[in-house]
Amino acid sequence: MNKRAHQANKPDRQTCCQPAVQIGDRDVSKLSRHWISGTIQTPVGQVPVVTTRLLSSDKIGSYKARWGVGRMASRVEPGLYAVGRPTDKSPVLVSANYKMSFDRLRSCLNGTDSWILVINTHGINVWCAAGKGTFGTDEIVARVRSVRLSEVVSHRKLILPQLGAAGVAAHEVKKYSGFRVRYGPIRARDIQAFLEADMKTTPEMRQVRFGIRERIVLIPAELVLSAKYALCAAVCFMLLSGLGPGVYSLDRIAEYGMASGLLILLAYVAGTTVPPALLPWLPGRSFSIKGVWVGIILAAGIWWYASHSPETFRNQWSVAGWLVIVPVVSSFLAMNFTGSSTYTSLSGVLKEMRVALPIQICCAVIGVGLWTIGLFV
Amino acid sequence: MVGLRYIPDVTTLKLDIEKCTGCTMCTIVCPHAVFAIEEKRSKIDDADACMECGACARNCPEGALTVDAGVGCAYAIMIGSLRGTEPTCDCAKDASCC
Ligand code: SF4
Ligand code: SF4
Repeated sequence: MNKRAHQANKPDRQTCCQPAVQIGDRDVSKLSRHWISGTIQTPVGQVPVVTTRLLSSDKIGSYKARWGVGRMASRVEPGLYAVGRPTDKSPVLVSANYKMSFDRLRSCLNGTDSWILVINTHGINVWCAAGKGTFGTDEIVARVRSVRLSEVVSHRKLILPQLGAAGVAAHEVKKYSGFRVRYGPIRARDIQAFLEADMKTTPEMRQVRFGIRERIVLIPAELVLSAKYALCAAVCFMLLSGLGPGVYSLDRIAEYGMASGLLILLAYVAGTTVPPALLPWLPGRSFSIKGVWVGIILAAGIWWYASHSPETFRNQWSVAGWLVIVPVVSSFLAMNFTGSSTYTSLSGVLKEMRVALPIQICCAVIGVGLWTIGLFV
Repeated sequence: MVGLRYIPDVTTLKLDIEKCTGCTMCTIVCPHAVFAIEEKRSKIDDADACMECGACARNCPEGALTVDAGVGCAYAIMIGSLRGTEPTCDCAKDASCC
């Protein structure tokens, strides 16, 4: 058993006087995680107590998850957890079993006595899981039952993150579990204010935002999502640069191929990083148009560069090709950022794509065509 | 949301005012303040802010709200149409929620 857990499990920590029973098949002693500081005795057995301080390893974990590394390892075992020394009157907060969601919640509960009910969303954050229905009515009802929550607390209230509402029908949870759902604030850091205000949210707490910080942390995931396609395209352009009048030539790859590959990567990095960062300031509502602006600025840079050191490019055809290809790439990548934004609707994205995608495909064909002509003239 | 508005006049959100009892649930769950309560009934106050998340329709106890909910994600739509399935969000999206 975890040593700290053992020490913390002293009689004076008990809130009730019943003997320890294991909850379902969950062996509390096996949950030795650095964020578990001990256990607390409840009528249904020992419940792990979690700390509210995030260690650097938690922060590194969420940093890695942003880059898509170890996301699957960052799951929290579903079940009931305690913060502080909760009693049967303490509030119950429901969380996804995505480590980052769970960490954010517990770090905002410092100084409170509360319960956290972690439900199984397969390691996915609340909003995504609600959209998929894994953060949903059935899972909550089943989890309330399996941890025997009605024996741990005397009240019948669950606090859910508001962004979980897309997957949960509050009135059905009430009907099937007897627990009334209260939707808490969107941001975990408002939770204490919400609890102090008698579980009432302000309109401010209920509105999702998409500020610069929220957008910037999404950039790594965007980079990762498109990385393999970008690398593939860069290699293709590099290899195709060997073509030309006469035989295939490695010299041409060295002379022009590297630059071609680099230009693709440049368009990829610009298209995945600049639109998220500058979203409100790029003109247009459609993301594909916002992306075109980024591409046009980049293309202007390429044009300027080509007029100063034309030897980098094979000829005017290939320059013309790049001036078309680069905005297409950044427009397409910006359009993919709709998925990470917090305000685009399915109908809107469909409408945007119906117009943007055919244009992007046409322009891509034209751009690559110009560039290919440039190989042979 | 201040400053950021997506394409207008597209939402599939509909309110059947006859069924509405004015319970305010939709105003609580909507992340974009689409609803307002007027004369003890809900009202779609800012339809263009709707992102079709479906939270209101799912939580309306009277079934007064309908919306074709889905993920507004171009990548998901493309993957979905390539695989011939509904758009699903399998990408590494993480919104700032708790
Ligand atoms: S949730 Fe339904 S019944 Fe309640 S106010 Fe909204 S529309 Fe009316
Ligand atoms: S679908 Fe979502 S964003 Fe649209 S009105 Fe309903 S809760 Fe608000």
